[in-house]
Amino acid sequence: MSPRDPETEQEADVDPHAPGPHDPDARGHFGPYGGRFMPEALIGALDELSAEYDKARLDPEFTTEFTRLLRDYAGRPSLLTEAPRFAEHAGGARVFLKREDLNHTGSHKINNVLGQALLTKRMGKKRVIAETGAGQHGVATATACALMGLDCVVYMGEVDTERQALNVARMKLLGAEVIPVKSGSRTLKDAINEALRDWVTNVDTTHYLLGTAAGGHPFPIMVRNFHKIIGIEARAQILDQVERLPDAVVACVGGGSNAIGIFHGFLDDPGVRLVGIEPGGKGVDSGEHGATLGHGTPGILHGAMSYLLQDEDGQTTEAYSISAGLDYPGVGPEHSALKDAGRAEYRAATDAEAMHAFRLLSRTEGIIPAIESAHALAGALELGRELGPDGLVVVNLSGRGDKDMDTAAKYFGFYEGS
Amino acid sequence: MSALDDLFAGVNEQGRGALIGYLPAGYPTVDGSIELLTAMVEAGCDLVEVGVPYSDPVLDGPTIQAAADEALRAGFRLRDVFRTVEAVSAAGGRAVVMTYFNPVLRYGVDAFSRDLAAAGGLGLITPDLIPDEAELWLEASTAHGLDRTFLVAPSSSEERIASTVAATSGFVYATAVMGVTGARDVVGVGAQTLVSRVRAHTSLPVGVGLGVRSGEQAAQVAGFADAVIVGSAFVTAAATGVDAVRALTAELAEGVRRTPAPIG
Repeated sequence: MSPRDPETEQEADVDPHAPGPHDPDARGHFGPYGGRFMPEALIGALDELSAEYDKARLDPEFTTEFTRLLRDYAGRPSLLTEAPRFAEHAGGARVFLKREDLNHTGSHKINNVLGQALLTKRMGKKRVIAETGAGQHGVATATACALMGLDCVVYMGEVDTERQALNVARMKLLGAEVIPVKSGSRTLKDAINEALRDWVTNVDTTHYLLGTAAGGHPFPIMVRNFHKIIGIEARAQILDQVERLPDAVVACVGGGSNAIGIFHGFLDDPGVRLVGIEPGGKGVDSGEHGATLGHGTPGILHGAMSYLLQDEDGQTTEAYSISAGLDYPGVGPEHSALKDAGRAEYRAATDAEAMHAFRLLSRTEGIIPAIESAHALAGALELGRELGPDGLVVVNLSGRGDKDMDTAAKYFGFYEGS
Repeated sequence: MSALDDLFAGVNEQGRGALIGYLPAGYPTVDGSIELLTAMVEAGCDLVEVGVPYSDPVLDGPTIQAAADEALRAGFRLRDVFRTVEAVSAAGGRAVVMTYFNPVLRYGVDAFSRDLAAAGGLGLITPDLIPDEAELWLEASTAHGLDRTFLVAPSSSEERIASTVAATSGFVYATAVMGVTGARDVVGVGAQTLVSRVRAHTSLPVGVGLGVRSGEQAAQVAGFADAVIVGSAFVTAAATGVDAVRALTAELAEGVRRTPAPIG
């Protein structure tokens, strides 16, 4: 596909909801990935959701309301901020930050949540369930449910309720019930398992508001489209500010929703490298990491075929990251397809590299990123050095770091000797 | 005719329901599960479902989750399922394997089917695989002469019931309620409705599972279904020991032979 000419770009090119060549097939397959590896009991609900979403994405009443909420409630468009002092550490390349941290609730998660909450109302369902890792998706879901008068139950791994106690309090204040999940590894993966068990029991009344671009069809395409606004805005903003496209767009990848959202703004610009940064944990050779695309193999988890961290018997293995939002052993199926096609590249940043970037951005730009997003920043430092002084990098700063203060204070020893 | 066709024809001739009992392989150990499954065969299970312990069993309630965790912690390996099936077959029992699909995919769908058939296994029950995604399994099951049991649920549309039973052989697994596995006091009138809906599309035998735990419930379900499938109750009994498993099997086997009382 030839690069688009910014001068002649049509409105239709930037409608995030319009069906297009990057959609999966009718059964949700991105090449060999995606699909519906789900219990039959949930297929009816997935069919209902697909039908409702297919109608809604073409319905101006829905898309107008969604766009209005993004603007008047979430605060879009989010800024694109140049980070020159940070960039001095990135080989002199210019670095721009897509400021999803400035959205209401503090991360990109609000985009998807507002879209799915609107769909929930269209389907006449009154109860929403969600999983959360770091708590950002749980907080965003609780927020949208408060806004729209929906009952909200959030499943959260017990380990994460301890790591992210502040977000648990936020969800409760917003009126959500938070259920600590004590099974399995007691993190995000098990929270999703428990949410699926709830859904199969209460599917008549309940929408499962999945927080990432993974799971059975139609979740990967639907969540992606609700986040495409990130990439559409970023592309227009970088053209406006620098008058050229970036050399690379960088985003962290756990399940992959913020990355797929920003990547899609540049997918048809072949000169723009799309770089996903996975959690390298204690190092990808240590076995303690969450680098699914870099070190996994294709398999099934939570309803879709995709790359997966698994052992030789097909048992899911536990992911590790200092970031509660990235330690997921699966990944959205479209990322697997982009990896195989060579259109996107995936690297890892370790805990130490991410925490270095976390502190560096705080001290050079006065912006405290989420530890998840700090992985993307670490990737940007590396890419900037590779690209050199002529390089131009856009980083998706997917969330703010307030929730990570306790983790950071422990990591940097701020609690010691005070 | 497959071995499962023979089984159901025989049970049907006796004018009773079949009893199908589930237990995870490797629980509490591989040898322990072989002893328990053999006892189930001896005490009256017409067919056993040998479960594959899996890290992410989204359709299972706490009882089976805990058993799967224990089996995995005790070192269960996927290949142990073949030894388990072989032992059940050698004891004169009939076995199918119930498994989430990723372990099969990882092993290789054709290789798994080949090794299961070689061990004497009769087929697979696949709770998270719908026929729409089952191309590899449809081919491998045909190649190795294995039966394919897919699930239907109260939420399944008529179209989905029709397409699911068309891909099924051996027997259809009807989930009695919307929910995860686990013993329940009431199996629900919904199960009977679902069985009737399935029968409108197929002459295959229909088994009902999810929630059955007593001889009384088994008798009720056998009144409208071809097979009564019991899982969590066996796992609970297994935690007590082989005598409890024998006693539960005997109670359920008596139940499926009882003249059914109408569901009230």
